[in-house]
Amino acid sequence: MNAPLRRVAISVLVLFTLLIVNVNYIQVVRAEKLRNDRGNTRVLAEEYDRERGSIVVAGKEIALSVPTDDRLTYLRQYPDGELYAGVTGYYSVVYGNAGLERAENDLLAGSDPRLVFRRLADLFTGRDPAGGNVELTLDPAVQQAAMSGLEGVTGAVVALDPSTGAILGMASTPSYDPNQLSSHDPQAIRAYWDQLSAADRDPRLNRAISDNFPPGSLFKVIVSAAALEDGYTPETVIPAPQELPLPNSSRVIPNFNGSACSSSGEQSLIDALTISCNTAFAQLGMDLGEDRVREMAEAFGMDGETFDIPLQVEGSSIGEVEDEAALAQTSIGQRDVRMTPLQAALIAATVANDGVQMRPYLVDQVQAPDLTVIDSTQPEEWRDAVSADVANQLTEMMKSVVDNGSGRAARIPGVEVAGKTGTAQVSADVPDHTWFMGFAPADDPKIAVAVFVANGGGTGGERSAPIARQVMEAYLDGQGEG
Amino acid sequence: MAGPSTDPRAPAAGTAVPKRRGTEAALLGFAVLITVVAQSIVDLTITGSLRPEMAAFSAWITALWVVAHLAVRKWAPYADPLLLPAVALLVGLGLTVIHRLDLASEQVDSTVTREDAPVQLVWATLGVALFVGVLVIVRDHRTLSRYAYTLALIGMALLALPALLPSSLSEVNGAKIWIRVAGFSIQPGEFAKICLVVFFAAYLVDKRDVLALASRKVAGLELPRGRDLGPVLLAWVLSILVLVFERDLGSSLLLFGIFLVMLYVATERSSWLLIGVGLFAVGALVAYQLFGHVQQRVDTWLDPFAYRDGAGYQLVQSLFGLGTGGLFGAGLGGGRPDQVPVAKSDFIAAAVGEELGLFGLVAVIVLYLVLVERGLRTSLIVRDAFGKLLAAGLAFAVAWQVFVVLGGVTGLLPLTGLTTPFLAYGGSSLVANFVLVALLVRISDAARRPATPHATPPPRLGEAPTEVVQQ
Repeated sequence: MNAPLRRVAISVLVLFTLLIVNVNYIQVVRAEKLRNDRGNTRVLAEEYDRERGSIVVAGKEIALSVPTDDRLTYLRQYPDGELYAGVTGYYSVVYGNAGLERAENDLLAGSDPRLVFRRLADLFTGRDPAGGNVELTLDPAVQQAAMSGLEGVTGAVVALDPSTGAILGMASTPSYDPNQLSSHDPQAIRAYWDQLSAADRDPRLNRAISDNFPPGSLFKVIVSAAALEDGYTPETVIPAPQELPLPNSSRVIPNFNGSACSSSGEQSLIDALTISCNTAFAQLGMDLGEDRVREMAEAFGMDGETFDIPLQVEGSSIGEVEDEAALAQTSIGQRDVRMTPLQAALIAATVANDGVQMRPYLVDQVQAPDLTVIDSTQPEEWRDAVSADVANQLTEMMKSVVDNGSGRAARIPGVEVAGKTGTAQVSADVPDHTWFMGFAPADDPKIAVAVFVANGGGTGGERSAPIARQVMEAYLDGQGEG
Repeated sequence: MAGPSTDPRAPAAGTAVPKRRGTEAALLGFAVLITVVAQSIVDLTITGSLRPEMAAFSAWITALWVVAHLAVRKWAPYADPLLLPAVALLVGLGLTVIHRLDLASEQVDSTVTREDAPVQLVWATLGVALFVGVLVIVRDHRTLSRYAYTLALIGMALLALPALLPSSLSEVNGAKIWIRVAGFSIQPGEFAKICLVVFFAAYLVDKRDVLALASRKVAGLELPRGRDLGPVLLAWVLSILVLVFERDLGSSLLLFGIFLVMLYVATERSSWLLIGVGLFAVGALVAYQLFGHVQQRVDTWLDPFAYRDGAGYQLVQSLFGLGTGGLFGAGLGGGRPDQVPVAKSDFIAAAVGEELGLFGLVAVIVLYLVLVERGLRTSLIVRDAFGKLLAAGLAFAVAWQVFVVLGGVTGLLPLTGLTTPFLAYGGSSLVANFVLVALLVRISDAARRPATPHATPPPRLGEAPTEVVQQ
């Protein structure tokens, strides 16, 4: 029996060699791929072992890691939850990161090159490597006012410092609780995620930057700017009929509620903007031509390109303009014109800043774990949209909107406010979107703001302007003005 | 060709044979040292301090192997010196990984303290007790052949019991292979395996002449007579029944494989292997067509990542662990082996591969290889045919089980749900394998003991001679 026994012994050797070869294949050849597979939570778990940096607003942590005694060493917490959800995003074992947790992940996780020399030092001192902190430009009072203004509606608010581009407030409703997506309980996370997914309007969508909407009459500011650059003045009288027949079409552009803009059928540019006369701006756009309108939209940043603040901002643009009729509709912010609320705030801020557009930014400075500042954002001129002269004329016209026209609900006692309302038709059976963009004080702008309310019905003056007033007031009160 | 008097390995009567007990003691000491150091590393890495029971554990584990070693010295002084140390190292490593996973589950949910390592230590203690018991009671392995049919009956009964019991008492995770009484879960299949190997050995020694008879030659192969196909068909049917009624792919494959190899060793007819493989292929094909759970196993084996969130989850997690472990591993306590479901039992090799790396896992595989090859070597040099077949069967049982389990955990073979001998958490498996290795130690003692001619009469199974001179 020894001959077959030897063969069995050799067979066993062969089988075990197969095992060893296979293990080599897995642990050496395929190792890299397996290690980095999206389903492999080990790398993530390693990340949870490090103390992740905080996201800070005005000295207060709005996202921070607290030690736990469970398997994942640190738990991510958001003390203000819904208030900053659109900004912070979440940090989930199941669904990955979103918001700043994603955009600033390298720094927060401690793998950013700017932290490397400190990390090296950590290696020798034996300290746990920790992530850096991100200090934001947000103003808590502005953020709070924006969120309370949006209570009960779907919408977004963006507020900027016109002279720097610093984002003072960025709110989106409905919001969600990032704590529930960042817990260590995958089942609860999945349940909450499903609940959010099932919602009528997705709370995870940051409407301030991640989606764009028809701006309606806000766009008349762009058309006005194009006209002023083209030699018009606020006093230039332009045609303002009760109805404007669309070229090569049986359809007409009416005014709001079908009313006449003036008894004479024509009015000054400033009056047309003040009462937001549709027929006047539709005709003005056609008179200026598509190129002028498009160039001015792009000069204000509506070039269809996404950009980072460092959160990614969806592009805004006027879309394709097929013919004269389309141009007429485009000129009153309908048709294919799409704008993010951030873009609206940016237009107001550009007018406020003498026609110079500052690059918007959300991160004021980043700090090493020991709180020393390792980088801070310097305000940067981004675009020269219009001359200071044109900007001043636009400011006068927008002041008139708030003082005498559709934007009266944005008036603040003792403070000059400039602004423009917008009411955008979506479709026949859905309530309109409403907008307001503006800035204050008009003569020395401290804050520019845009308020968007989705499908809220009513007009921009009724729905959105009061929210803008609250936000501007909150900021100016804090600055010792108003 | 394998007659006792012609075996060159059999020591001549009167020659002084080194007993090698000192080697065994030293190697056991080494195994204990590695166990204690590994346990300390786990504690220090995860909790930062040694647990208070560390001293007691060290003393306990040392005592275990001292007792086992002394028993070998007294009752099997010529035994192979590598068998016990290989087992000791595997058991120690298993206890360490189980303890490490205990700590991980405590971290996840501090309210649930699942202390499986102490339970496993109790099982190991019972295992060593049985190991000593076997050495004391079975003074000559040939006596076992007298109880071959009794053992066959017990083996069959153990195998059939879970299938006959209501599912509430026998089913865990879809496999009906347990007996659950009073909080204890026993896997009788592990004991059935040993009983059946003993029976196979005795039966095949008895019948091998008949089974080796060839009827005709086809393409150079000497085919057995048709009427001699009975036993192999019976073993095949038995395996199929286990598969059907207990949904236990592993035991089915294990039993049939062991029987086939023993049949081959006994008859030296490779035609039996071909017939067996053919039967296996038929059985496998039919099982694949008929049973959803077999199909699922095969599908997830072919492409586990396609079922990563479902049936393939476990295997994919195992592969992630192995891949993340890489060459050197994350270090004991440094990985996340708890991410693999049932890491303590079925997938303990994945935990070893993740934390000790490729080197650690290959070391474990080589350790099994040492155990198996020493068993097969025992089979080569032992003088009686029954001992040869028994040792070969037991050693191959370990080899086959290790291959099937590790192959499953690493994606080489479909998953079967067998336990990793000595390493994995599970009392039945551990205790049964201690009995198995006790038998190997007993046979190796007989194999290396200087021959004292006609000290014992040749054992008999029925009236058949147990040793037959080959043609």
